[in-house]
Parts: sequence; C-alpha cells; structure tokens
Amino acid sequence: MSVKLNTRQVGDVSVVDVAGRITLGEGSSALRDMLREMTGKGSKKILLNLGEVSYIDSSGIGELVSGFTTVTNGGGQLKLLGLNKRVKDLLQITKLYTVFDVHEDEASAVRSFA
Amino acid sequence: MRENRNHAPETLERSLDSTLESVDSAEELALSVAQRAGFDEDDLMKIGMAVRESMVNAVVHGNRYSANKKVRLLVTHSPERFTIRIADEGDGFDAANIPDPLAPENLMRTSGRGIFLIRSFMDEFEMHHREPRGTEVTLVKYVVSK
Repeated sequence: MSVKLNTRQVGDVSVVDVAGRITLGEGSSALRDMLREMTGKGSKKILLNLGEVSYIDSSGIGELVSGFTTVTNGGGQLKLLGLNKRVKDLLQITKLYTVFDVHEDEASAVRSFA
Repeated sequence: MRENRNHAPETLERSLDSTLESVDSAEELALSVAQRAGFDEDDLMKIGMAVRESMVNAVVHGNRYSANKKVRLLVTHSPERFTIRIADEGDGFDAANIPDPLAPENLMRTSGRGIFLIRSFMDEFEMHHREPRGTEVTLVKYVVSK
C-alpha cells in the first residue's frame, strides 16, 4: 500500500492524516505536494498525524524535514502526532526527534499551536 | 531474540532493472529469505530498510534509472551470516564525501541519511568499486550473536 493522505480542519489547525508508506516515489512526492498546496493556501498550523504510517525511509524522512522547513519559513508551524515505535526510533537515530514538536494526543497537539 | 532460526543455507540471485519497482522487489526478496532464516520482526524491519536504501542508491545514484544498466542482487544465508550484495553499473561515488547527517549543520538536510541508516541497522557494511565500473555494497546481519 502506498501513502494515503486525508486533510481535515480542527479549529484553525489543519490536520493531515497520513496512512501507508512514505518512501521514495509516490509516497514522498504525495506528501510534498500536499504540504506545498496547504502552505500555498495559507495554512499556518499543520499537524501531521502519522499514526497509520507503517513505513518510512530516508526519502520520507527528508520530506518531513523539507515540509518542516517550508512551513516554518512561511511563518507557520508543523507538528507531528502519533508516531509509532518505528518512526519514533528513526527520528531518534537521526537526531530529528527533538527538532520536531511531537505529540501523542490530538487534543493536546491542537491546543499546543499558539 | 535470536532463537528458532533456520540454519539451512540459502542463496538467491537476481538481475533487476533500474527502476523503483526493483527497489520494492529486492526488499521483498531479501525479506522472504530473512523470514525463512528466522529473524524477528525488529531485525526484519532493519534488514528491509537497509536493502531498500542500498537499492535506491544503486538505482537512483548509481545507474540513474538507466534502462541499459542492471542491478545485481545476491542474498545468501549461512548458519552464521545473512549477507546481501547489491551491485550497480554506475560511475561510482565516494561515501567519504557524504556529509555526516548527525552534524548540527546537516540535521535539516533533506537527503544524505541512507548510508547512515544502513550502517545503523546492519552488523557489517562494506562498499567498493567494481571493475570496469559500478559500486557493490555488502550488508551483513549476524545470525547468531557474536
């Protein structure tokens, strides 16, 4: 299964539910396109829900970093929600876990946006 | 856990096209052998990702998706070692030139983590140039603890 993306609005926070594999090719490009579209439309508060992500490779990690940079440079905030153990381990190994603002609970994640 | 392993030797060899589909195929093929070798879920994830990253390097950076170049995959399983060799026909590159992805100035780079992840997930990793051209990487996961 490749990646599936679904967006929804919770207050003024745009939540992106990501499911499947974020890998080189369709998976990472779909996420990149989605984040660019959202920032292009002016979304400033983006919460990536990775709870249903089964697999992420170095290209997928690169897309998370790229998305974070794009949103931050545009004056917005991008946060992560619901990392499974594999994704959490990958972000820790690559020292990116502390770069991202990571939450386990959606309600508190939404509240954390200033 | 490293129990209940199947120690029957096994060898699998394929010549693959330089496509992203081959990346998926190589991962599936290597994992099928690794599963029969008895690796647990955590090790399977590490092996699968190491194979995927190596294949991406071969297809994208080595052969540059060339329809005229193949990627050779060799998976062998002995009682002590699970070994994967992946060879491309590209111009080769020097891994020493890849910036340290953990250095603070490189943390926000969008690429350059593949070989770091392979080294993190496998017990041994070697890379060497092939003659007349190409790069071959060797990935090893120990079947029994050292």
